[in-house]
Amino acid sequence: MSGAVSGKSAAIEVLAVEKRFGNVGIIRDLNLSVAQGERHAIIGPNGAGKSTTFNLISGHIKPTSGEVKLNGEVISGLQPFEINRRGLSRSFQVTNVFARMSVWENVRCAVLWATGHRYAFWKNVDSLPEVRERTAKILDDIHLTHRRDVPAGLLTYAEQRELEIGITIASGATVVMLDEPTAGMSNAETERAVALIRRLTEGKTLVIVEHDMSVVFGLADRISVLVYGHIIASGTPEEIRRDPKVKEAYLGEEAH
Amino acid sequence: MTAKVTPTSTSASNAPGKPAGDGLRFYGVWLLGIAALIVLPMLFSSGGSLTSFSLIGIAIVFALSYNILLGQTGLLSFGHAVHYGLGGFAACHMMNAVVAHKWPIPLPFIPLFGGLGGLVFAIIIGWVMTKRAGTVFAMISLGIGELVASSSLILRSVFGGESGVTTDRTALPKMFGWSFGPQLQVYYLIAFWLVLSAIAMYALTRTPLGRISNAVRDNPERVQFIGYDPHVVRYLAFCFAGFFAGVAGGLAAINFEIANSAYLGAIQSGLVLFSTFIGGTAYFFGPILGAILVTYLQLGLTSVTSVWQLYFGIIFIGIVMFSPGGIAGLLMMHRPLVRAGTLRTVILSYLVAVVPTVALACGVILAIETVARFSGGETINLFGIGFKPQSPVTWIVALVLLVGGGFVARLSWGRIAEAWDRAATVARDRGYLA
Repeated sequence: MSGAVSGKSAAIEVLAVEKRFGNVGIIRDLNLSVAQGERHAIIGPNGAGKSTTFNLISGHIKPTSGEVKLNGEVISGLQPFEINRRGLSRSFQVTNVFARMSVWENVRCAVLWATGHRYAFWKNVDSLPEVRERTAKILDDIHLTHRRDVPAGLLTYAEQRELEIGITIASGATVVMLDEPTAGMSNAETERAVALIRRLTEGKTLVIVEHDMSVVFGLADRISVLVYGHIIASGTPEEIRRDPKVKEAYLGEEAH
Repeated sequence: MTAKVTPTSTSASNAPGKPAGDGLRFYGVWLLGIAALIVLPMLFSSGGSLTSFSLIGIAIVFALSYNILLGQTGLLSFGHAVHYGLGGFAACHMMNAVVAHKWPIPLPFIPLFGGLGGLVFAIIIGWVMTKRAGTVFAMISLGIGELVASSSLILRSVFGGESGVTTDRTALPKMFGWSFGPQLQVYYLIAFWLVLSAIAMYALTRTPLGRISNAVRDNPERVQFIGYDPHVVRYLAFCFAGFFAGVAGGLAAINFEIANSAYLGAIQSGLVLFSTFIGGTAYFFGPILGAILVTYLQLGLTSVTSVWQLYFGIIFIGIVMFSPGGIAGLLMMHRPLVRAGTLRTVILSYLVAVVPTVALACGVILAIETVARFSGGETINLFGIGFKPQSPVTWIVALVLLVGGGFVARLSWGRIAEAWDRAATVARDRGYLA
């Protein structure tokens, strides 16, 4: 699989993006291309700018210069909700759910916009069949049906991470970005989560930030290595494993 | 407050396929409320109680509208009375216009124009105000509140200056032969609008907008990543709150036949915040309880003590410190215990605590009143016993009640905490979430 997709535009394209906070350049000349349907992992040492890259793509922060494209359309400068409506959905490294609302409500809220109900104040939210079915389906997918009436804030950590993924995929976005979905999980939980991610992002484009190398190499079609706000290598897991620059900058340290 | 998570009232009732008994109970509660509103004036028919009921009805609509902001959307407003007041003025002007132009609009439709008054102002000012939540919103609301309140004294043609705008509700066209002169008829008009508004506001919590408002309250950042603009959500919630506050103001205008600057001032804004918070913001019925209690306290306390605001303050601080969920939160805490059948021991511990706690409260009251009445020398009447504020006997009694009552009360509260822990643990073990 090659990076530049011919004919069809890439799902995500980051072109010469730069982000400075004051005089400090966090992201320098960032170029990244994720093909349609690809599972792409971004790895790099702590502080390399992985989460910032996520924030730049999803509209959480705006690039100082450069462009981000989603399915060929420029999205840099748009608000996060506008980007979300164009089919890009992301999760957060730190669990970011609606703590006082039930699991069911959490997922349902994420379904509402995509099913076209928007800001409706003339419809009873409980009597929207397609919303109910989709919510039930997602709860089933993330194995939280039995916890549906529990406030999200009372879930266990692993359950909250699963709910986080559920909220992220609920809108049916075609491009899904997961920020360290298995962070803090035990081995068994990680395995479960990876299986879940693999299944739920079937046929979608996936961008994932992950520290667990077994997850990365097991899941990703392609890997980009970010060091000090710059991508030093991009390629298949095999290419990345062999790349001397990567070995030097990242995997070398990690091996110890 | 600790990191305790309370589910919203509405989140519990979402489930499709819940037992039919729940639906029955749900409508039962509403019907019971409506029946109570109809029967109340027959049980307590004195002029004084009718006036009280009318004021309570208005206060409930107002507090419910405030909870659209505070409880549902997480917006702390210090200027909600602006919409209430403008609704009142709009209603007064409308009533006068109806009379002047002989329009065929009877009195029961007037609160709608009050609502429009509150809504129009919310539409105009809301977009800027709701750009940010939190402190920014709170500060702007305070500023707007002061701005409008002071404008009302300056812009005389609209607000009538110091004296306000007066009107005559009986001059409007009659409906069902009702002139709305007698307080009883006004009460039923208020009760009608109370039911209408309460149903509408409850229904609002069960719409997509209502649920997304909850989401914005919990986590505005995340809402942006599920396709929603939290600014729009806050704005729409603000407009709804403005409308229903305007309805309440319109009802007040009908009740008092006047609208003046006191309607939209900081005191009124504070009072609605107070009622809503004391009642409990996490449940739809919380503000109803709060409005009833606060209006009663206000009416009752003002006639027995000159420092009633001090007591309000103490109650408010007490609720904030010991029961941040308000009265509704306090009541709903017991639900898992009731279901698990472990409530009995807790109730017993309450009964034990009643006497020392009341003694402590009496000590507080006696101390406050002694200070308040010391220079005047009026007698303090506590449960039929007269106390002279200048007499050392009074001071000693106050001191004994404060120290002794306080000491024993603390012990008994410790017992309550223990009983609670035991009961809650059992309830949790039996599968009822606390």
